[in-house]
Amino acid sequence: MTSTVPPPATAEVAGGVQRLYRRRDGRLLAGVARGLAQHLGVDTIAVRVLFVVLAAFGGAGVLAYILFWVFAPLDRSGADRPMDRQRDVTTLLALGSLAVGTLLLLRALGLGFDLGLALPLLAVAAGVVILWRQADDDARVRWRQVTGTERWSGAARAFGGGALILLGAGAILVGPADLDGTWGGLVAALVVTMGLALISGPWWMRMARDLAAERNARIREQERAEVAAHVHDSVLHTLTLIQRHVDDPRVVSQLARAQERELRGWLYRPRADASVTAAMERVAADVEDAHAVTIEVVVVGDCPLDDRLAAVRDATREALVNAAKYAGDSAITVYAEVAPGHVTVFIRDRGPGFDMAAVPADRLGLRQSVVGRMARHGGSAVVRSVAGEGTEVQLEMPRDVRSSS
Amino acid sequence: MTEGRVRVVLVDDHRMFRSGVRAELGSAVDIVGEAEDAQSAISVIAQTRPDVVLLDVHLPGGGGRAVLAALVGELPDVRFLALSVSDAPEDVISVIRGGARGYVTKSITGPELAAAVRRVAEGDAVFSPRLAGFVLDAFAATTDVATVDEDLDRLSQREREVLRLIARGYTYKEVGKALFISVKTVETHVSAVLRKLQLSNRHELTRWATSRRLV
Repeated sequence: MTSTVPPPATAEVAGGVQRLYRRRDGRLLAGVARGLAQHLGVDTIAVRVLFVVLAAFGGAGVLAYILFWVFAPLDRSGADRPMDRQRDVTTLLALGSLAVGTLLLLRALGLGFDLGLALPLLAVAAGVVILWRQADDDARVRWRQVTGTERWSGAARAFGGGALILLGAGAILVGPADLDGTWGGLVAALVVTMGLALISGPWWMRMARDLAAERNARIREQERAEVAAHVHDSVLHTLTLIQRHVDDPRVVSQLARAQERELRGWLYRPRADASVTAAMERVAADVEDAHAVTIEVVVVGDCPLDDRLAAVRDATREALVNAAKYAGDSAITVYAEVAPGHVTVFIRDRGPGFDMAAVPADRLGLRQSVVGRMARHGGSAVVRSVAGEGTEVQLEMPRDVRSSS
Repeated sequence: MTEGRVRVVLVDDHRMFRSGVRAELGSAVDIVGEAEDAQSAISVIAQTRPDVVLLDVHLPGGGGRAVLAALVGELPDVRFLALSVSDAPEDVISVIRGGARGYVTKSITGPELAAAVRRVAEGDAVFSPRLAGFVLDAFAATTDVATVDEDLDRLSQREREVLRLIARGYTYKEVGKALFISVKTVETHVSAVLRKLQLSNRHELTRWATSRRLV
């Protein structure tokens, strides 16, 4: 028995759970026992003995082994040691015990030690083992450079395995199978189908596995490309602009702030103006960028944006633009509150303020775009301004709970 | 504590920011120490016993929370004012519940910061508009479950009004003027809200903070 010190378990983790891999290094047959031992952290021999013991119970061990073989992928990172004579002998030994196990399985299924049936079945089993084992190695060929002779021996083995299966199936057909009875045709068809399935099985499995792997890789690649494109369009662009404006701290901080917000938004927020919060923050961001002011947005509660609330958003934008134009350097605050029955927004600046009555009736942007707009959509707007203390615009819109078009 | 200048320790992992704050606060306060991570902050604060610690929320070595956890019980005379660029409600609520007397964003102006430091030194709470908004959101009036401690779990109508005005960008003075109350009364209300925020174990608070994590 080859009892090497087990190499450290593979660090490949899928979805936080370590996957079970079959191991190439130090394997006898397909590396199932070795992979299991590695996975569970127990000795390989113990696992092998367990399989053999289980095989005595109606061949359960053989069945388990075959299932593991089919469903656990081969670990490709394992050390790849050249085959030597001694290992070939141990492999034969393993094959032999598998065969005995198979016979036990057959007996348990009630088929008995009918030599006429057992021998062809044994041939089929041997063919399957050789073929499937070869399929594992074929998979490896695509990952590593393999020398020409090894490739040839691989092809020879695959061919041999296929031939053994065909031979076994043929023997069953001409031998014990009672082809003259009512079920004769059916049995023949079944045997042929099974044989073909066994021969082509490894390739089907491989194709399915490759397909899944390729799709995963493609999805990952797409994600990466999207991130790269975004970083390029936004962050790198901003960094270039910042380098060009090193002498103007105001521009630099404006650029940095806009970029930070944009990046945060891209990382964490829903993309569209789907909610009041998102809409308010977008509007504030736009005005900040266009007018080089600082706007602090506080939203309490949230709800989806409908037509009326879109009007509130537009009115907020106008009020903010107005504040940005006249408030100078001082901070602007937006406070929006979503209550069950209505939405209220306050836009406050600490600019010089003005006397409402002193402004000519035809020259007030607020009157048209804010007060008028709110009124048209069924809401209201109040502008309060005290000279020297700043201006506050209050918008209020009743919420229509039913329609949200 | 109002006699003389307020003694301040500055904790932030960015040296640039520390020197910026130093310059902005200027002669308004007396900066007696600086630290750049949680460990050094704890020792500097224990040594200098300042009136106020300006504490960054995000620090190497456990963040502002670690500093608060180590010192709030030990040094009851030292007051903490959280200072951060982070807008994540979870972070804000966690430092407040850790024992900070207030929260301001780093975009605050020099004079405003000086006023906030003085206010905290006097034992009052400092709420930025954003923190006020968070509290209003977390203590939404809609929930009406039979909770263990009704007083702690609910904001009074007056407290709600005060917070709403702070969220709208009003200074304490303006809040007082708008509600026809004194600045002292406004401070009392804000401190009461801070106490509720720190002591309430209302599960909505935690749930709210975690549900808003991705901001």
